[in-house]
Amino acid sequence: MAQVRTYVRPMGGWWRRNPFFVRYMIREASCVFLAIYTVILLVGLFRLSQGESAYESWRAALVSPVSIVFHWVALLTVSYHAYTWWKVSPKTAPDIRVAGRPLPDLVIAAGGWLATIGASVLIYLLVRWL
Amino acid sequence: MKRSHEPIFWSLFGAGGVLSALVAPILILITGIITPIGLWMPPQALDYARVLGFAQHWLGKLILLAVISLFLFHAAHRIYHGLHDIGVHAGTGAMIASYGGALLGTVVAAYLLLAIGF
Repeated sequence: MAQVRTYVRPMGGWWRRNPFFVRYMIREASCVFLAIYTVILLVGLFRLSQGESAYESWRAALVSPVSIVFHWVALLTVSYHAYTWWKVSPKTAPDIRVAGRPLPDLVIAAGGWLATIGASVLIYLLVRWL
Repeated sequence: MKRSHEPIFWSLFGAGGVLSALVAPILILITGIITPIGLWMPPQALDYARVLGFAQHWLGKLILLAVISLFLFHAAHRIYHGLHDIGVHAGTGAMIASYGGALLGTVVAAYLLLAIGF
């Protein structure tokens, strides 16, 4: 039977047509960098289990320009994920009411952003001074 | 009706999303940028003895396992559902590769943390 040749709108490069979708794709792509970073940590754990010289060679690899560039890209995309994660958090958060009124979305999102900043400062101080 | 397994994967995705939104940027900055180049963080901060001590402590083990496992499950969920966006019709194979990969990473991390000892 002959194929009915109806028009099918081409979807190639669909997300490049609209800045909203470009931001969506950057947010989704952040997970690829997060996954690679996690594998780097996992390799580090493996090298740690092998002893000091193995661990030190893992650390030496982290100084390479390729690694530094990768971590910068990962930092930027994953930070964007963190920003968007809290930005949409009012949609997934339970209904919190103060004096009978729901909390404004911006307050919930700002709470998340402050939590990230607080956790970051705390972790930095712990790694640095403990 | 067949029960959906989506809630399990969404929970892991959500937990990984929260944890990574809280700590992933600073972890990437510390382990991948400022400690290797020795700016704002002395390289001794991630010395062998120090990191080994952290990985030998039960709380350190718990933190490392949570970070590795939840980050991987978060990424797996986005990769699996993101395939559709780039025109790939995800099937069982993609599911095994994404969630299976996260599960494998979790098992390997747990094994290594046990092998490192207490």
